[in-house]
Formats: sequence, structure tokens, C-alpha cells
Amino acid sequence: MFRRRAAPAATVTVRLDGEAVAAAAGDSVAAVLLAAGADYRRHGVGGAARAPFCMIGNCHDCLVEVDGVANRQGCLVTVAEGMRIRRMRGKPVLAT
Amino acid sequence: MSAAVDLAIVGAGPAGMGAALEAARHGLRPVVLDEHGAPGGQIYRNIEGVTRDRPGDLAVLGADYGAGAALVAAFRAADIDYRPGSAVFEVGSGGLGVLSDGVARRLEAREIILATGAMERPVPQPGWTLPGVLSAGAAQTLLKASNLVPAGRVVVAGSGPLLFLLAWQLAEAGVDIAAILRTSPRGNLWRALPHALGLVGNPDVAKGLGWIRALKRRGIPFLEGVTALAAEGDDRVERVRYRRAGGETVLPADTLLLHEGVVPNPQLARASGAAHDFDAARGHLAARHDDWLQTSLDGVALAGDGLRIHGAKAAPALGRWAALGCLLRLGRLEAATAERGRAEARAEVARAARPQAFLHELYRVPDEPMTPRDDDTVVCRCEALTAGEIRRALALDVPGPNQLKAFLRAGMGPCQSRMCAPTVARMFAARDGRGVTEGDHFRLRPPVKPITVRELAEMQDLAAD
Repeated sequence: MFRRRAAPAATVTVRLDGEAVAAAAGDSVAAVLLAAGADYRRHGVGGAARAPFCMIGNCHDCLVEVDGVANRQGCLVTVAEGMRIRRMRGKPVLAT
Repeated sequence: MSAAVDLAIVGAGPAGMGAALEAARHGLRPVVLDEHGAPGGQIYRNIEGVTRDRPGDLAVLGADYGAGAALVAAFRAADIDYRPGSAVFEVGSGGLGVLSDGVARRLEAREIILATGAMERPVPQPGWTLPGVLSAGAAQTLLKASNLVPAGRVVVAGSGPLLFLLAWQLAEAGVDIAAILRTSPRGNLWRALPHALGLVGNPDVAKGLGWIRALKRRGIPFLEGVTALAAEGDDRVERVRYRRAGGETVLPADTLLLHEGVVPNPQLARASGAAHDFDAARGHLAARHDDWLQTSLDGVALAGDGLRIHGAKAAPALGRWAALGCLLRLGRLEAATAERGRAEARAEVARAARPQAFLHELYRVPDEPMTPRDDDTVVCRCEALTAGEIRRALALDVPGPNQLKAFLRAGMGPCQSRMCAPTVARMFAARDGRGVTEGDHFRLRPPVKPITVRELAEMQDLAAD
């Protein structure tokens, strides 16, 4: 649960699981998800709720799908206008 | 990026910037590869953005943060090939693998300086994988980079100077801190006292005590001698449990910020194959290096906190020192000039790092929780492996960490053992009743960043040119 202290100087709009979300220009994807408040992801091993721990590229608990590429480090990817972000929810299920 | 460059520097924190500026000063244009979008590293993260968009927050973040603006401005003004958004996933003598915008490239470089900085010492606590539990540094990064602060009841726990700085910054930023739980054992002060001379006349000491006084003035409870710290909750942290003075307390909490000091980030240097030893006094792996900060690999040097923790103020001088060695090996400097520069840098490092011995002893992390007694504590976050599971495997006479992978996949997840390696190493040493060695740590191999097979395949095509 994080709150923004002041309105950002500039914003971009990203799609978070299909929904339009306003983000501060320069935000990391992880920061956008933390500011959005809702759950971050479900772990691929065991399915527990997880969220970023370190925010500087070490813990890899911020993994997220960005523009169709899974397992991007959300804390290291800077948002861009129209970026498609999807939360990763546990182990992927292969189509049968 | 296929033609060889003279000097490539990994990281644009104070050490990387110091190295680049020294190279530029001697007429060499270095390539600086930075995982982030702007120079500053973690310590001066987003200093340009804060100065431009919210200058009022320079007071919130403190004078040491603001001091980074001059270094970043000098870096921007110098003739440096700065490449933001470039993650280095592999390094060795003569070149590196760089991932940017979804394209992997190999960069040939005659000299390489790794200035990859520090990371917070990962210390497993019960419940530390719950959302709402973050490292103190994570909260600091969110404040600097995105002006985000934790909402609700915030508990700060651990030890080390950064913990107090972070708490002070959050309080200045309007966060209501419910409690500061200090985990460093009281006995540490006695062990630290012989090093107290290093504090004399150092302005940072007064600053640190100032943060603590300011926090106490705000009425934030400071609880000493906390043990058995645990985060509890279902899908996120709801409570913090701890023991103190024989009693157990449960505090409601929405955010728990943990910090137990910083260690060199060993990932890239170790994956390069550079020789490391376990520094028992400091409790972390440290690279072997010569008098020019060159590692056991020809043409691969280390600078800044990635080498040893000397602090941000010593980092630019360490960068200069490493750069002088590169310039010397490249034949761009006379030996006498390089040695003169090194003597100056060495003196500056010694001056800036004087309090480190005291601080290290004062905030030394006890073996427990580095080797969790509680069987249910998650040690390997990526593979969700508990201390109990690892101990059971160790009891089967698993010879070392690389064999442990075959039993449990420990250290094989996305973080590639960044978060569990120090704990697993201590668990092996504890099982065998001896001190920790380098061999107790997982062997690391590139790539050290998540990269797709397609990106790797493209890199091979480029390298064939």
C-alpha cells in the first residue's frame, strides 16, 4: 500500500490487465502496480501472493508481463505511453 | 557496438561516474552501461528528476542526496558515451553482453570496470515474502524515483545507518512511523568501541545521531534489543511479532520495512569468474584484486561498494583509482602520473571510509537470523524453499551448494541465488561446524539477467560480425 505524495509533473497512460491506468512519467512498472494498490502477482511456485521486495533488481519478486514478454523485472522497466502490463498469476498453464 | 572500445564501465552510480570522469579527463571516451534510465545509481537515484520536478523534496531526502547533483552534472557534461537502460548480463576479459530494448549485443572492451554497487544484505525473517514487507532501500527507491510512500501503519526494523536515514526521510515525507525496532545486539557496541577513533571529526556521525534525535523528538518509539522478528498475515502483512526483554509483542502493521546493512552486490563479478574470498569479518564475499583494483581477470576491475563497502563518499575516488589502472594498462598514462593519482585517490578513500570499521561492528548481524532457527522461514524466495527443507537436504550429506540445486532447485530461480546464497552458505558452514568459505556459495554463471532465448540467439548473430 503506497500513496503518491503529490501529483506527478507529467503522466502517461498504460494498460494494466486491459484497464487504462495513469502513471507518472519515469515511473517503473513496479511503482505503478504498487501505487495502484491491488495485488501484484501470484508466485509461480506455490501460488502465494508476492510483491516487490528490493526495488533495485535483485529479488526478482517484481516479475511482470510487459508488452507480451513475461518475467520482465518490473522495478527496472520504465513505463511508456500505451505500455501493456499484465500481472502474472502463478504458474502459466499451457493450452492443451 | 561491435568494434572494440578501450573502456567500458558497468554502472552509473558514484563509482562508475567517478571512473568515467577520470577516463574523460585523460582524453579517453568510455562507454558507460547503466541498467537505469538516468545516472546516479541507487544513492543518487533520480537526482535530476527530483531537482527539476520537486526541488522541495531535496530537503526531505537530505543534504547527502542533493550533493549528488554536482557529480551527475559533471558526468553529463563530460565526453562520455552514456548508455542508459542497458543491462549487462555477462562479462569477461575483453567484452560484455548487454541487453537493451529487447536486443542483446556483445561489446568488445579492452578494459572493463564493474561499478555495480551494493545491495541490502538479504536476511530471511519469518513472513518476509508477504506483500507489504519490503527492504528499507526499496521504500527509499520508491520515494526518490516515484514520490511514493507507504500508507497506513509503517514499522521499520533492523539495524545499520541506512535504517535511520530511511526512517528520517519517511518521517520528513509525512509518513507516520509506528515503531522502529532495532535488532543489533547490545554487545555489538563493545566490539565496535576499539574502532571509535575512526569516528573522530567525521561529520557523518553527527548527521546519523541527528537523524536518531529527530526521530525520537517526533515521539516515534525506538525499541532496542528486538529478536525473533516475524511478519504475519494472509495475503499481505497484517502484524509484526517480536520478542524483547523476555516478552512477546504483536504490532498491527500495513508495511514492514527491513534492513540489515549493505554488502557488495557480487552477482556480475562472480559470474565473470573473478576470484572471490569470503571475508569473515565483514560477512560477505569479496573479490581479490591487485593494487589497481583489477580482479583476477585481466582487464576487469572493480570500483566502489561492489568492491568493499566504503560508502558513497569514497566511491568516486575508488572509480578514479580503477580508471587510472585501466589508463595505465592501455598505455594512455605515464606510470608516475597514474601512481600520483592513485595516491590521492587512496588517501581520499581512507578518509571517507574511516567510520566503516566502527559501523560494521556496531551493526554486525548475528548468526541468527542469518541461519533461521524456525523451520518454516522461507530462505530461497524464488523456489519457495524453507529453512527446514534445506536443513533436511543438508542432513543427507549434500556436499555443497551446487549439489543442493539437484535436490531442491535452491538458488535456481529468477534471482539466481541473490537472495538466498548468503544464508545457504551459512547453513552449510553451520552443519559442518566451521567458518563460511567461498565454496559454500552457489557457482554463478551468465546470464545474470532474465533474457529470452531469442535475444541470446540474436546476440550470437551480432557477435559473428
